[in-house]
Amino acid sequence: MTNRPPAAYEGESDRAMWAALRRHTQARIGLGRAGSALPTRHRLELQAAHAAARDAVHTPFAPDVVAAALTGFPTIRVRSAAPDRLGYLQRPDLGRRLDAADRAHLPRDDWDVVFVVADGLSSRAVHEHAAAMVHATTALLPADLRVAPVVLAEQARVALGDDIAHAMGARMTVVLVGERPGMSAADSLGAYLTYAPRPGTTTDADRNCLSNIRPPLGLAYATAAARLTALMKRAHELGRTGVDLKDESTESAEAPALTPTT
Amino acid sequence: MSTYTARLGGRTHSFPSLAALLAAASPERSGDRLAGLAADSAEARVAARWALAEVPLARFLAEPVIPYEDDDVTRLIVDTHDARAFAPVAGLCVGEFREWLLSDAADAGSLAALAPGLTPEMVAAVSKLMGNADLVAVARKARVVTAFRSTIGLPGRLATRLQPNHPTDDPAGVAAALLDGLLLGSGDAVIGINPATDSPKAVRDLLELLDGVIRRYAIPTQSCVLCHVTTSIDLMERGAPVDLVFQSIAGTQAANASFGVTLGLLDEAYDAARGLGRGTAGQNALYFETGQGSALSANAHHGVDQQTVEARAYAVARRYDPLLVNTVVGFIGPEYLYDGRQILRAALEDHFCGKLLGLPMGLDICYTNHADADDDDIATMLTMLGVAGASFVICTPGGDDIMLNYQSASYHDALYLREVLGLRPAPEFEDWLSRIGLLDDAGAIRDVTGTAHPLTAIGRELAA
Repeated sequence: MTNRPPAAYEGESDRAMWAALRRHTQARIGLGRAGSALPTRHRLELQAAHAAARDAVHTPFAPDVVAAALTGFPTIRVRSAAPDRLGYLQRPDLGRRLDAADRAHLPRDDWDVVFVVADGLSSRAVHEHAAAMVHATTALLPADLRVAPVVLAEQARVALGDDIAHAMGARMTVVLVGERPGMSAADSLGAYLTYAPRPGTTTDADRNCLSNIRPPLGLAYATAAARLTALMKRAHELGRTGVDLKDESTESAEAPALTPTT
Repeated sequence: MSTYTARLGGRTHSFPSLAALLAAASPERSGDRLAGLAADSAEARVAARWALAEVPLARFLAEPVIPYEDDDVTRLIVDTHDARAFAPVAGLCVGEFREWLLSDAADAGSLAALAPGLTPEMVAAVSKLMGNADLVAVARKARVVTAFRSTIGLPGRLATRLQPNHPTDDPAGVAAALLDGLLLGSGDAVIGINPATDSPKAVRDLLELLDGVIRRYAIPTQSCVLCHVTTSIDLMERGAPVDLVFQSIAGTQAANASFGVTLGLLDEAYDAARGLGRGTAGQNALYFETGQGSALSANAHHGVDQQTVEARAYAVARRYDPLLVNTVVGFIGPEYLYDGRQILRAALEDHFCGKLLGLPMGLDICYTNHADADDDDIATMLTMLGVAGASFVICTPGGDDIMLNYQSASYHDALYLREVLGLRPAPEFEDWLSRIGLLDDAGAIRDVTGTAHPLTAIGRELAA
């Protein structure tokens, strides 16, 4: 052990170096060691982050919470064909299909857009951010645009919105869905815009997506709503969404003009 | 096609093809259920194994699970099969082959000689008759040694991939995570970054950053920025410092097409990478990642179960003498491997099949947060794969990858594994660790502090 540095080198300056390096990355660097393992504090911090992510995945969707926050909007509740969380996680095909009885209850009309609030992989993201996103987005839409009742969908994947829009006769669907939780973000909301969706044939390449909506750390509601409504306007002009429709918006939150389609 | 049958529980179970039989014989996993290929009862699963045990190995050459005409991976498997290497086991059925593999007749030498005579379907089939302990015991005997600047796969050694990812490819963030990994003795398999974008400029910047560190500190390892193979070919033509050429591959032509690759493209990359001659200890210059579920995810599985399709990806890999192959075992999600138990089983199967086919198999022992798994599953998998003789594992800071949003092994986990199993780093890298003062007298990584070590010039420059 002749080349072990004297203890005087250790301590403050070492901590200062790692603190400086952590300004450049959120990675869990410079954690120190207990033998070969992590120090207790870091082990527990990792478990806490994992627990938050796991709880987000398994927290049951509470449509009442979202409905109560959606003041002024009629809401309809549906389930996918996935029987429970276990079935949902193992069978993505079931999460993309409406429960048959629920499909029959959806009101069919000449809607321009239907907002679908889907629990996805994080109910927490939906509880915290979905209603605010519906408010922020609809505030930027022209008053004569026909917005369907908001559909609150349980055990739902993004493509369930295709089934819903098709059943309701809506031209566009905006699915607000809880994203797969990471260790540093368990409450991230995604917004998927699809024009003229057709269940079974519409694919992810036919959608436009805004990700990481989770103020204050992620995308703010106003910014996300401005980008989403700009995409909706262009989607209406082009008659499609997806790879042909690029998000060319600036970060401006100013309301874009949207031509009603009725 | 033949029908395969077995009587069990008072009824006859019937399987209409070899592919159906293989699928039904697989352990329960969500991906095969999603694909509609899983056995419809626990008894049917065991009946399939009885029937599979009696299938002659030679049958797999006569009845490809995906037709020869439809798929270039099948053509590769059939056209490159080495009948002479196959001869020692040519008369065995799958059940007898299991017993042969577990016997003393199968040692490092005979397994290495046999590898070119085995097909993916044969090794997938025998794996389905094996318990987890069988998969460990046999894989442990198989040795595959490859080299570039470090030598991977020697007995008693465990290498690691240092994975300093950053969500925006920020060079300072990457360098900080790189320093952290080096100080914990990681990086002898490769220093490998998953870039946030596939843009040639971003990839080149990262390559030059890694190349600079490797040269400055004379580290006997290799870098890789895991971009698409076409990006690497382009960068090699333009003189970028490419050590290893990376590509994700799968077990069918259609699944590879969904990754934007063909065998012809991989041939081109192979020639270009070897032409650079950048290795010092050897010239194995390719790096492949695979993982169960990718063919199903691309709707390109042809009715073949996900483990058998995965083994077919290894036939693609072995054509190119890679330095490293790893299955990213728990990455895709619970619709393919639901929980820690399914991920562990898949990890052992993939490692076993790859090793028997002659590949330098490593693992990204990992899970996503919507799978039913946690850090204890990582520890269990690490320990079993360490005993099984995995060539390398992937390590991230604290086991948390902030770019790909999943959990993998940590640098600490690799230290644990080396410590409890008495494993050492690749020899060239171990010498370097020693020279640079990171090993203590017992050969373990010293708990050096940042500022006291020459490597921390990397950190001091960033912090300044």
